[in-house]
Amino acid sequence: MELLVASAIGVLTAAGIYMILRLRSFPVVVGMSLLSYAVNVFLFATGRLVINQPPILRDGVTSYTDPIPQALVLTAIVISFGMTAVVVMLALGAFIEAGNDRIDLETEEDGQ
Amino acid sequence: MSPALIAALPFLGAALPSILIRTGRNNAAAVAALFTGLALLGLLLNLPTVLAGGVVETKIDWLPWLGLNVNFWIDGLGMLFATLILGIGLLIILYARYYLSNRDPVGQFYTYLLLFQGAMVGIVLSDNILLLLIFWELTSLSSFLLIGYWKHLPEGRQGARMALTVTGMGGLSMIAGMLILGHIAGSYDISEILKHKDAIQASPYYIPALLLILGGAFTKSAQFPFHFWLPHAMAAPTPVSAYLHSATMVKAGLFLMARMWPVLSGTPEWFYIVASVGLFTMFIAALIAIFKHDMKALLAFSTVSHLGLITFMLGLGTEAGALAAVFHIINHATFKAALFMSAGIVDHEAGTRDLTRISGLRKLMPITFTIATIAALSMAGIPLFNGFLSKEMMLEAGAHTSWLKNDWLIPAMATVAALFSATYAFRFITHAFFGPVSEDLPKKPHDPNFGMWLSPGFLVVLVVAIGLFPMAVAGPYVQMATNAVVGGGYHMHTLKIWHGVTPALIMSAIAVIGGIIFLGAHAPLQKIWDRTPRPEAKAIFDWIIDKAHALAVFITQGLHTGSMARYLMLFTVASVAAGLYAFSTGTIGAPTRDLTPVNGAAIAAWILLLTATLSIVAFHHNRILALVMIGIVGLIVSISFIFLSAPDLALTQISVEVVTAVLMLLALNFLPKVTKTESSRMKLGFDAGLAIVAGVAVTGLIYALMTRDFAFPTMSGYMLDNSYNLAGGDNVVNVILVDFRGYDTYGEVTVLGIAALVIFALTEALLQGASSRKLIAWRPDVARGGDKHPLMLLIVTRVMMPIALVVGLYIFLRGHNQPGGGFIAGLVVAIALVTQYMASGFAWTQARQKVYYHVLIAAGVLVAGVTGAGAFFNDMPFLTSDFGYVKLPGLEKFELATAAGFDLGVFLGVVGSVMLALGGLSRLARRAAMGEQGGEDGAHIVAEKPEARVLAPLAAGPYPPEAKVPRRWWKTARAAQEATQAERDTIHENKKDHGGDH
Repeated sequence: MELLVASAIGVLTAAGIYMILRLRSFPVVVGMSLLSYAVNVFLFATGRLVINQPPILRDGVTSYTDPIPQALVLTAIVISFGMTAVVVMLALGAFIEAGNDRIDLETEEDGQ
Repeated sequence: MSPALIAALPFLGAALPSILIRTGRNNAAAVAALFTGLALLGLLLNLPTVLAGGVVETKIDWLPWLGLNVNFWIDGLGMLFATLILGIGLLIILYARYYLSNRDPVGQFYTYLLLFQGAMVGIVLSDNILLLLIFWELTSLSSFLLIGYWKHLPEGRQGARMALTVTGMGGLSMIAGMLILGHIAGSYDISEILKHKDAIQASPYYIPALLLILGGAFTKSAQFPFHFWLPHAMAAPTPVSAYLHSATMVKAGLFLMARMWPVLSGTPEWFYIVASVGLFTMFIAALIAIFKHDMKALLAFSTVSHLGLITFMLGLGTEAGALAAVFHIINHATFKAALFMSAGIVDHEAGTRDLTRISGLRKLMPITFTIATIAALSMAGIPLFNGFLSKEMMLEAGAHTSWLKNDWLIPAMATVAALFSATYAFRFITHAFFGPVSEDLPKKPHDPNFGMWLSPGFLVVLVVAIGLFPMAVAGPYVQMATNAVVGGGYHMHTLKIWHGVTPALIMSAIAVIGGIIFLGAHAPLQKIWDRTPRPEAKAIFDWIIDKAHALAVFITQGLHTGSMARYLMLFTVASVAAGLYAFSTGTIGAPTRDLTPVNGAAIAAWILLLTATLSIVAFHHNRILALVMIGIVGLIVSISFIFLSAPDLALTQISVEVVTAVLMLLALNFLPKVTKTESSRMKLGFDAGLAIVAGVAVTGLIYALMTRDFAFPTMSGYMLDNSYNLAGGDNVVNVILVDFRGYDTYGEVTVLGIAALVIFALTEALLQGASSRKLIAWRPDVARGGDKHPLMLLIVTRVMMPIALVVGLYIFLRGHNQPGGGFIAGLVVAIALVTQYMASGFAWTQARQKVYYHVLIAAGVLVAGVTGAGAFFNDMPFLTSDFGYVKLPGLEKFELATAAGFDLGVFLGVVGSVMLALGGLSRLARRAAMGEQGGEDGAHIVAEKPEARVLAPLAAGPYPPEAKVPRRWWKTARAAQEATQAERDTIHENKKDHGGDH
């Protein structure tokens, strides 16, 4: 299981990085989403993998998974939505203003 | 009154003048005077204690582990300076009330003045050098505001920038010196440092510390070669000049030298640096002052000269020198403030303060003439005025000082400087007030009203009183402050006017007679001066600034090329390199955890995830397809969370997936639907290689983590053990969010709200101006679906709405004990609302929206904060929750926890933020869909608030406009409807042409 999760995080990271190195805003936003997944799962996995022991207290149960990474990741998921929304809005604004969705200044002279 | 409160009072009152200015200038001035007066009164209540040799202290721990404590004390020196600052502050407040014109933002002036005053009082009452540094920097900042108060004057802005640059740099240097000093003494408390003279002077760091601290003192007190900023600061309004350059800002450097005098002075280094710089400054600035035509510039250089005098006296390192310095600080403050205010009166009444234009004002402005003459004679060192006494002390001390075994150099320079000083003081009087009455002035000058000359008048009364009866009027103060400067045990001889025929008296006589002769020879001297080439300090300063700017531009443009792909690439390379470095230099232990078993479902999910992810990379040129694939990734991640014991995460992730998908679709509505390949094969290959290296590195890192146990026990055990006992909740994740780590959550909700407001602001910007025209001209690049609002969808979503809301409520309520809570409930409710927008259209839904999303965000943050603050009533820290069990008739026993209130705040914040963010995007889409309707100024038709939309043309759709807005706006709507009847008719015509939205 650890291998599956680790490789999945790795693939998500690699795909995310490849996508954020593209030159148009939409692939970059997609890449950021992929990176968000990778980072969230990474953080979650630092609590180690545990199956069928959710951190919800029940009588007679003594063993639970680590709740702290879960709490951190929960807010991180919501915040990544906020961040994605801002980036999408910026990308959209730039597209409407500039007429194209490039993310860099083409050259110093053109860009100024 | 406690010293801390005295220092705090000006800050506490600082906002009031800016508010009260709406009720008139008198009230703004009165409230500023009230707070200053209160602080002065509080200070003087401590006077008997301090005069008796006592010290009043307040000690508050702030960051004790840094040695930073809010320690204030009032000793003799602090008492003297604080009295000057607050006393002259009071006079300046009165003077400024009459000096500033109706066009000036007077409220702002008093606010800045109080801020500055508070910072100055803070400096002189601080008993901790770190605290002193904070106030020191505050004086630099607030004096920047004051000097640049007339923002419309380029000289004002340049002068303010120059003052800030020079004194700010000096402040940095002083911070370093003070830290060294505190390090040597082993404490940052000034009273403690002052006890370690021997240790400090024996330390090898003494010289660096001395140089760095003097860097701060010399820049602030405008000593050569840092003197140039002060004359340029004269572009400020005269009340500012009078305040900053007589009693406060420039005296801060002197204060610092006096404060540190017991531990720093007495060494040859101190003498040769401080005394020489002081003497030279006194000499050169007095010379320059003679040839200045602007009254304020003349006074500015004279101030520099007198500051040099005081520095010179402090530099001697003797008790006589300290006495002369303290006494001259008092005397200079009185006569120089009076002179600045007189120059301001002349400028105010005559419209110019150019000594070559004004003359003979004696007859037109007798009161101003009297005040200015007394003050100037004191400055010149004429007997019976206070300036004479301290100048005499200076000359006396100078007469007995040798410099590098040279006995005549210092007395000679001191005498010549005194001569120059007498010259410019005489010139100030004769050129402005004597001679023929000038005719061509911009205004017809006359004496100002009582309020304006009261302040300088009061000061010249002091000048004369101290001059005639020095011991009775100023004696105790001088004794008290000098005693503090020299570190205690000082007994002053009686201050007297007549000491017999001493060397000082002879030097004084030479200076006055020579001054009169020089005044007579002024015209030819001025010609020689004007022809002599001199280095212009401002040009040098500007040159340095230009070069520094050019260097900064060079570095920034080299790094910041405008290519985001390049930044991200460099960032990735750096991260990977740092990771590889850590990996290659660190050690890693053996795995300690067994692998978790794998089942078929997990492998299937893994394959799905990998396929979807790789498909995104391969087919991302088709953007819609990439979006679908992202959805698959999100679903698999959600499912994995369930499988790996994280039900809360699964619920959150899956609801976020929905809103993210809606968000991306709304954006794709405008963006191109395909990405063209633009990068070369080489770049693609390099990017892929880099991505794979990073991916492998992350895989290795997390795999290594997951196969090893924690090196140290984590906090989780505590949280699992105490979740029920302390917070009354079974769902530990939720308890962590709303209780144990509630502060984090509070921050997160706030950040989310800010993000939504940023989106709102961007939307508003895009709905205006040029981008609005582009939106209007925009046409969809793909064919639209046939039915905008399919009936089935419409009905189902409306029926589902209450059910979805109940589900949201249920998830919210059970959150404390079962998976759920404010975040998830907020997302669920947001989804329920979003479906209404999707099914029924923006206009229909927005018209039924009774509470704005801004309000929800604000309410969320507020509710969470208020709930958290409720803990204070329980004598617990912020955000500590409380809970109890309640039995109501007809219901099972149930739990009530204050954490639910906090979670409600989270819920409201999430709903508001998500809806405001998505609403922004759909408003853009709607604006584009409406096309020409509403014209270029039609932003209001998609306004966030319904009442702003009543003017929207489509408000007159199939229903009466009232139906679209809440009842309380019907009146407005009707009025608007009638007012724009004609306009709406034409719009109806347009609507027939273009087709409506409904």
